[in-house]
Amino acid sequence: MKYVDEFRDKKIAKKLAAEIAAEAQPDRQYNLMEFCGGHTHAIFRYGVQDLMPDNVNFVHGPGCPVCVLPIPRIDNAIELAEQGAIVCTYGDMMRVPASKRNSLIKAKADGSDIRMVYSTQDALKIARENPDKEVVFFAIGFETTTPPTAVAIKQAAAEGLDNFTVFCNHVLTPAAIQHILQSPEVRELGQVRIDGFYGPSHVSSIIGSAPYDYFAEEFQKPVVIAGFEPLDVMQSTIMLIRQINEGRFEVENEYTRVVTPEGNEKAQDLVSEVFELRRMFEWRGLGDVPYSALKIKGEFARFDAEKRFALSESKGRDVKGCECPAILRGVKIPTDCKLFGTVCTPDNPMGSCMVSSEGSCAAYWSYGRFRLDRAKEVAE
Amino acid sequence: MSRMEKRFPTRINMRSGKVDMTHGSGGRAMAQLIEELFVKHFDNELLAQGNDQAMFDASAGRMVMSVDGHVVSPLFFPGGDIGSLSVHGTINDVAMSGARPLYLSAGFILEEGYPLADLERIVISMAKAAKDAGVPVVTGDTKVVERGKGDGVFITTTGIGVVPDGLDISGTNARAGDTILISGHIGDHGVAIMSSRENLAFETEIVSDSAALHGLVADMVAAVPDIHTLRDPTRGGLAATLNEIAYQAQVGMRLFEDEIPLRGEVDAACELLGLDPLYVANEGKLVAICPADKAEKLLAVMRAHPLGADSAIIGQVVEDDMGFVTMETGFGGTRIVDWLAGEQLPRIC
Amino acid sequence: MCLAIPAKIVEKTAGDNAIVSLEGVKKEISLALVADADVGDYVLVHVGYALNTISPEEAEKTLELMAKMSLTEAAQ
Repeated sequence: MKYVDEFRDKKIAKKLAAEIAAEAQPDRQYNLMEFCGGHTHAIFRYGVQDLMPDNVNFVHGPGCPVCVLPIPRIDNAIELAEQGAIVCTYGDMMRVPASKRNSLIKAKADGSDIRMVYSTQDALKIARENPDKEVVFFAIGFETTTPPTAVAIKQAAAEGLDNFTVFCNHVLTPAAIQHILQSPEVRELGQVRIDGFYGPSHVSSIIGSAPYDYFAEEFQKPVVIAGFEPLDVMQSTIMLIRQINEGRFEVENEYTRVVTPEGNEKAQDLVSEVFELRRMFEWRGLGDVPYSALKIKGEFARFDAEKRFALSESKGRDVKGCECPAILRGVKIPTDCKLFGTVCTPDNPMGSCMVSSEGSCAAYWSYGRFRLDRAKEVAE
Repeated sequence: MSRMEKRFPTRINMRSGKVDMTHGSGGRAMAQLIEELFVKHFDNELLAQGNDQAMFDASAGRMVMSVDGHVVSPLFFPGGDIGSLSVHGTINDVAMSGARPLYLSAGFILEEGYPLADLERIVISMAKAAKDAGVPVVTGDTKVVERGKGDGVFITTTGIGVVPDGLDISGTNARAGDTILISGHIGDHGVAIMSSRENLAFETEIVSDSAALHGLVADMVAAVPDIHTLRDPTRGGLAATLNEIAYQAQVGMRLFEDEIPLRGEVDAACELLGLDPLYVANEGKLVAICPADKAEKLLAVMRAHPLGADSAIIGQVVEDDMGFVTMETGFGGTRIVDWLAGEQLPRIC
Repeated sequence: MCLAIPAKIVEKTAGDNAIVSLEGVKKEISLALVADADVGDYVLVHVGYALNTISPEEAEKTLELMAKMSLTEAAQ
């Protein structure tokens, strides 16, 4: 596959690994946070950490919009289906646990009409084919996934598709990064040392590299926008280590084949036509984060599920003992959670970190568990 | 013969007729369907006798029996249909013990309203698969459920076979040091099925690999009688099968990603949908585990057979009482290949 | 972040749509988000939409840089 295989080449990986080992200063730790589910996935699936020296650590951040969606919002989506709407959603959401151990897939088994779609275009099609039913698209995702929702809403408006609405849960990346960097654990307590960031690949392809300048300056941490193939991650690691060694804190772009400073302006314009900022939005694990999420603008209010339907205020909270909130902030790792591997497994997930294929816990379980068990064995 | 003596005065209209409740009621309509559809196409002496059971002499030695329910959707897909799939699937389950399959039975649950033309296509396909494999369908059953209570057609097939002396093939026999082989490319069937599912519409030339493997198995056990384990990686893919065996035998496994045969198109389709080919179903492949010193010989025998032309050695069985299946990635790192959790749903993120 | 895959545009179809091919696997997607993309261009596909075109020159440069890294290391 072009533009894919070249960036997974084993020989180049070995060379980059040697480079990283040469440049990482032996007397210091490099804690590098990746904020993008695609990076978590790449690191674990290809075993990138096996090629890193011991003093280079990946810290997994809240990189997946599925993981950070708070339980009450999922409860609302289930409610919409139970009220008789056809609820369309991306596959990732189907098994995420909501209140009372319910989930979209369980609600579907109970008889609600919940359909997995690959694209917002599929949801529009369902709305056209079912004019007598309400069709709600459960929209989630960071800036990468927001423009497709904007296209769908505009198309629905142009077609007069009155039975189509969107339940909007789109969130913004820079706001989340800021929130982490400003959290007490990071800023004051120094509990979580983050020395640098891998900037998200595809969010950046939409928003450009410019929005990250603020972080680099304000928090004095380097940011390297990294592609999500394993060689991109390794190349970006070299760039981060160099910045840290030289005391620089700039925004660099490794993913130049896709990301430009201005990003995709056509997509950005579409998004600002349809959406506006919410003053406040709750993130699982991070609490209320200001100006971090989007809602549908007044002109398109008739496509807003929150305006059309009465949704209850759910008080759903994480299962007792679930450490998703801390794991999402990078303060704990999956093995710190008592539920990990005992009660909480991919077959029986207690929290979103385990069910999302890019959640930390799922990644640890699927790709890294044998290391942990082995380490435990050795320790005993 | 006069009109009164003919058992069924008018033939069933296969072209435009539909399954209805009378076809399952045990009366004349059902008898006619059986005769004009099933007996006609399955065409063998035992079935033609018209009893509720098939009678045959028992074979000496160990016998095996296996059963499979088939609920595949869609019923027709590139490279096959529920009919051929059910024949191949059960022959394979029997063959994975090293046995020579002898007979099949087929139970049909039909949904009211299902077009007879399509049912006939399925039966013809089954009959051809059985004939090509040399394993006849000797007894069967038909039931009909009301519209909405079935997915068109469900088929359950049972197979029996006899195991040649000198073979001891079981998941429990895998030993540390053994070699793991696969008979060809993984993921073809699952991708072919998904490409015909409406909401994931993508076009591909990939066809299902559905095939009867008993001929390949016969060659293999003749050349290497001390094969330890054989299994066909169907639902859940190669990953599920290897984890099952690792658990049964209380061993670990180490695979080499670069050695696992995977077509570029299947790889691409999986990338597009966010799936891992290791978890995608196969219907015409087998995994073999044998002592290391027999591996090259076994590989040669497999490659000499048309259904094993792309066979490869993909790993080794290792000591590991925790039963982990690990893999050296094409990238040079190591990852675990775990059981499938839930159902593989295409990801976006 | 999200799963996106590079694929080649092989045909433009009705409205904003196009057929992309990845190793022979074809899928219809929407080009509504990219300003100008032509048959033969590679685009990043995500949830049924092309997000951006891929610059062949930049891809080449990145690969060269990675290969060069090894030479720099050897020189030290």
